[in-house]
Amino acid sequence: MDSLNFDLATTPLRELNQFLHHEAKTGQVKQVTVLNPDGAHNIAVGLDCPVEVEVQGHAGYYAGGMNKTATVTIFGSAGTGVAENMMSGKVHVKGFASNSAGASAHGGLLVIDGDAGLRCGISLKGGDIVVGGSVGSFSAFMAQAGRMVICGDAGDALGDSLYEAVLYVRGTIKSLGADAQVEPMSETDLAVVADLLSRAGMNHAPTEFKRIASRRELYHWNADANQEY
Amino acid sequence: MCGIVGLLVKTPALSERLGELMVPMLIGMTERGPDSAGLAVFTAALPANERKLSLYSGLTEEGADFNWQGLAHDMKAHLGVAAKVEAKGNHAILTAALDPEVIKRWIREHHPRLYLLSTGRSIDLYKDIGTPADVAARYDFMHMKGTHLVGHTRMATESAVTPERAHPFTAGEDFCLVHNGSLSNPNGIRRMLEPRGIHFETDNDTEAACRFLEWRLREGDDLEIALQKGFEELDGFYTFLMGTPDKLALIRDPFACKPAVVAETDDYVAIASEFRSLAHLPDVKHAHVFEPAPEEMYVWTV
Repeated sequence: MDSLNFDLATTPLRELNQFLHHEAKTGQVKQVTVLNPDGAHNIAVGLDCPVEVEVQGHAGYYAGGMNKTATVTIFGSAGTGVAENMMSGKVHVKGFASNSAGASAHGGLLVIDGDAGLRCGISLKGGDIVVGGSVGSFSAFMAQAGRMVICGDAGDALGDSLYEAVLYVRGTIKSLGADAQVEPMSETDLAVVADLLSRAGMNHAPTEFKRIASRRELYHWNADANQEY
Repeated sequence: MCGIVGLLVKTPALSERLGELMVPMLIGMTERGPDSAGLAVFTAALPANERKLSLYSGLTEEGADFNWQGLAHDMKAHLGVAAKVEAKGNHAILTAALDPEVIKRWIREHHPRLYLLSTGRSIDLYKDIGTPADVAARYDFMHMKGTHLVGHTRMATESAVTPERAHPFTAGEDFCLVHNGSLSNPNGIRRMLEPRGIHFETDNDTEAACRFLEWRLREGDDLEIALQKGFEELDGFYTFLMGTPDKLALIRDPFACKPAVVAETDDYVAIASEFRSLAHLPDVKHAHVFEPAPEEMYVWTV
């Protein structure tokens, strides 16, 4: 038995997650399909083994949250906080994602084929995020490490109070947040974007992207700034 | 938290099934709002000289045993006009061909504890404390018919859990609003509106938004301009869903702090705080599902 179906119309979500947390670790079942997710919260959260999970429909809050080594693919949209606090592995949303996608992710790759809502990649701590569409306002707010590739546009205050995360945007940026600045693309940047696009299955020329990183002027308190940043 | 739901149907067949489609939407939002629930249904408009008033008797001594037919009888005796009363326990819809101000004044004088939920030619309104499933069963939401509706499940944060503080809120005629979120300047809005003669009935923050927007509409703004002024004046977190005789309108605050998702097909537009409440709708797998953007106006017309 390589694969298994869980129909959430008839099976409690807890059974699915308990299977993924325990039996799936034995490696006998390599692929799990979730039917009728119907917007349920916490689908396939806290996974800690290289199982593949396919969610056939729309997921609710926190889908694939805290993921470690697993691959979670959502054939639909994802609610708030998809792949939040992911450690490794991959979460792929085929539709759009709501607010706070990939929040605080430490590692792994989050791919969103459609648009992402506000605060995408907020407090990113080392994960990578590739968004095929556009991201809403306050994305990458206080992002500390990791990369975000945005193939569409970015909303207001992109990268506000950025630390060492680096953002790449192909479209227009409505406004940059405090301390974020556009920087030239180096050869390394082009290679990073090419690699992330390829892993996300997206086809754009890396040369079309701008690099956004921290100006690092907020790293130390500046009494002369009079609170103007 | 709180849950909002809205449904606008585009075919007469679905109009007959409005309640049946809506009840699972409302129950789907129970975890977001377990303490109270409410619903405003819009039906075909009454003739221009008639009005219907949704009334709540839960604050009277008789409560659910209120003598609704006695009310109609007394009204006929005092005002000389026959009134039709359709009662469901502590709620009733009173219909009469009379100036609504005359009816309201008469009710205030003779039944001061009878609570007016809504007035208009299209709107029927029900709201009470209890879980969404209990409230839906209490007033037989399952069999409601109409073109569109606005519903709410409440988890109170800004004022007490009482029937009159449940949503939808109404102001004026044929206008209602439900809210997920919390406003930070409701008292400022009240202080602006009260000197203009606008009377508030509760201490609830949502009532301020409802009365503000209805005041703008009454001052001649169209819905879009009124909502634009709402963006400028109302501060806080909100997803608002509003109903008028021929429209549903949705707005979210600039930070999109509170959720909303829309599913649209050729046959209906359904709005909910989360997709959980839309998953049962007919052919939703082929619906256009999207998340409304912050600070944008979404208006759907019957």
